[in-house]
Amino acid sequence: MYFTYLRRELSGRTKQTVIVAAGLAIAIALVIIVNALTAGVRDAQTQALESVYGVGTDLTVAGAQQEPGEGDGARFEFGEGGGATADDGTTTLAQSQLRTEMGRSTLDATTVDTISGIDGVSSASGALSLTNSTFSGELPEIPAEGATGEAPADGAPQGGGGFGGGSFDVDSFTVLGVDPAAQSVGPLSSVTVSEGRALETDDAGQNVAVVDATYSTTNDLTVGGTVDVGGAAMEIVGIVTSSTSSTDTASNVYIPLDVAQSLADVGDVVSTVYVQAATADGIAAVQEEIETALPDTTVSSQSDLASTVSGSLSSATSLVTNLGTWLSILVLAVAVVLAVLFTISGVSRRTREFGTLKAIGWSNGRVIRQVAGESMVQGLFGGAIGLAIGLGGILAINVIAPTISSAPTTTSEAGRDGGPGGGGPGFASVAQTVSDITLTAPLTPWVLVAAVGLAVSAGLVAGAFGGWRAARLSPAEALRSVA
Amino acid sequence: MTMTEPHIDAPNEPTTPLYRLADVSKTYTQKKRVVKPLVGVDLEIARGDFVTIQGPTGGGKSTLLQLLGALDRPTSGRLTLGDTDLAAASNAALGSARAREIGFVFQGFNLIPTLTASENVDMGLEPLGLADAERRARVAEALAHVGLADRADHRPGELSGGQQQRVAIARAIAKRPRVLLADEPTGNLDESMRDEILDLLQALNDGGLTLIVVTHDSAVARRASRRLRLEKGTIRDITR
Ligand SMILES: Nc1ncnc2c1ncn2[C@@H]1O[C@H](COP(=O)(O)OP(=O)(O)O)[C@@H](O)[C@H]1O
Ligand SMILES: [Mg+2]
Repeated sequence: MYFTYLRRELSGRTKQTVIVAAGLAIAIALVIIVNALTAGVRDAQTQALESVYGVGTDLTVAGAQQEPGEGDGARFEFGEGGGATADDGTTTLAQSQLRTEMGRSTLDATTVDTISGIDGVSSASGALSLTNSTFSGELPEIPAEGATGEAPADGAPQGGGGFGGGSFDVDSFTVLGVDPAAQSVGPLSSVTVSEGRALETDDAGQNVAVVDATYSTTNDLTVGGTVDVGGAAMEIVGIVTSSTSSTDTASNVYIPLDVAQSLADVGDVVSTVYVQAATADGIAAVQEEIETALPDTTVSSQSDLASTVSGSLSSATSLVTNLGTWLSILVLAVAVVLAVLFTISGVSRRTREFGTLKAIGWSNGRVIRQVAGESMVQGLFGGAIGLAIGLGGILAINVIAPTISSAPTTTSEAGRDGGPGGGGPGFASVAQTVSDITLTAPLTPWVLVAAVGLAVSAGLVAGAFGGWRAARLSPAEALRSVA
Repeated sequence: MTMTEPHIDAPNEPTTPLYRLADVSKTYTQKKRVVKPLVGVDLEIARGDFVTIQGPTGGGKSTLLQLLGALDRPTSGRLTLGDTDLAAASNAALGSARAREIGFVFQGFNLIPTLTASENVDMGLEPLGLADAERRARVAEALAHVGLADRADHRPGELSGGQQQRVAIARAIAKRPRVLLADEPTGNLDESMRDEILDLLQALNDGGLTLIVVTHDSAVARRASRRLRLEKGTIRDITR
């Protein structure tokens, strides 16, 4: 009889049932979608970071920021061998130059060993990030200054321009020197070899390179071919893609660390050390120890890195986590209040009904159970509908799969160096890649549990209020109120 | 058609009254205003009697019926139903008396509009904790008793006023109470329906069920074996 009565009451009072259930449904759908989106943007952030710093990298150690002007300026020095002057006086120039990141000092290679020796560090690997800039073009005969041309290397990326009747191109790409023997941590830990092979221990000292898939496509590079790095031809042994996302990998070209060091003529240095802690709990302690041992370095954890992610990904993150969370809390609160008010007014309207039931012997508890049961079922209805809408929304997001861009801004400070088009590849370290990440809304089982839980508790809250109201009805007064 | 059996009272005390009221008063205090609908009522009601209570509006008839119906306690005085002291009983004991011993019929029928006739009758059995089969049998029996076996699946809205009141009576008697209390049971009915209800009540009384009926209607009172008049909170026997 309990369920017959319950069913009849709910179907007999459709309007109230629909309003309460719809309110809860909207709220719960919002909670589900916002939750999934939050997880989605977090995944996207992780992806963005992993493509740059590699999977399993807990900490990165980089050199200290340099004051502007401390680093040597970027300039091409065209010496005697820099170009060939034709008979008509036009000088044809082509020079490739390999430079370390500006605005940040490099670390001595011994730093890697120092870090490896710290308690709680499971592995550490150094990488040298470089930018290869190729200047090529023609200069007309310049009577006064003749042989020395000066062009800003930090000009517009891949840009070109006219120059006093001549023409030139500056072509830049990023090069990462990695330890071919240690790739379990670092940028190459998050790549998949799509063609050829990865760098191997034997590659140390060899002029070989692995190339990012996107870069290889746009520049017609294939395995077996060569790519010019710092004036030396590197044999391409493999093509890699990001294994964690659809994004580009951390760098355009990867070469053995020792080769990179000698080509760039920087000595035995690295720009970043990638550190994996032995345990997740130990990360903070390891970070502190490294900071103590190497006071001149910048040590960043994943969460430090996460805060450096900018672009529409970061807007999406704050939109979802702030607005989304508040909106779903607000709507949920409104829905619960609505459910409570409707239940109370429903009980008031049914004063005579409950008075009658008490008069014919129903206990208070039995009446309360009936009222609470009705609210609960309404809540469950709302929960079920909300779940359906929420899952539909998640499905829609995953089908549409909007792309958002992410630009980790670890080197944004370098932009203060000014220069035309500052912030271009000339400045960037490994993190220069602006990548498009597909936003997904992953569904976690606990969200489903939470949605049902929310629905049930909203029903319980409404039922508690309604039941309390019904319990206070004295049967005599209940009957008198309408008689 | 078998009679829905009322409680069989113990044969060794056949003359014990069903209700005993001694100096029963009821006072309502509402916003400093004190209303005394019942003042020192002394009354005994015998088993198997058919009693009507008449009197002017506001005379305290409903108040008295609510005390008899264990819906409320008197402010002072003693009130027993059989062996149960309704003046001193706990809420649970009052609830149990309502569930088992007392059938209540209202002027406005007070059926639940979303439930069918048989489901409405079933509501009266809910507190008894009977087995399903027993419940179904009692519901069918009570509906048959009021002549509505063929209307078991109708909602109140699909029934006439007289039929609705008959469903309400079926709901009241399905539990096999000691007494049936009715507050203006024909107040909302036209004459033919009124007679239909009166015939039914008469038949129930003939079957041994004690009836206490509050009414304005002298046609109802004429059927009673005992007529009471309640005026200004005091009761008078006007049977003659
Ligand atoms: N719960 C209550 N609170 C205050 N006054 C009440 C209450 N119930 C009844 N009364 C008053 O008691 C008097 C008797 O009412 P009632 O028993 O309903 O009379 P009747 O049924 O004879 O018309 C009326 O004046 C009524 O206003
Ligand atoms: Mg009255």
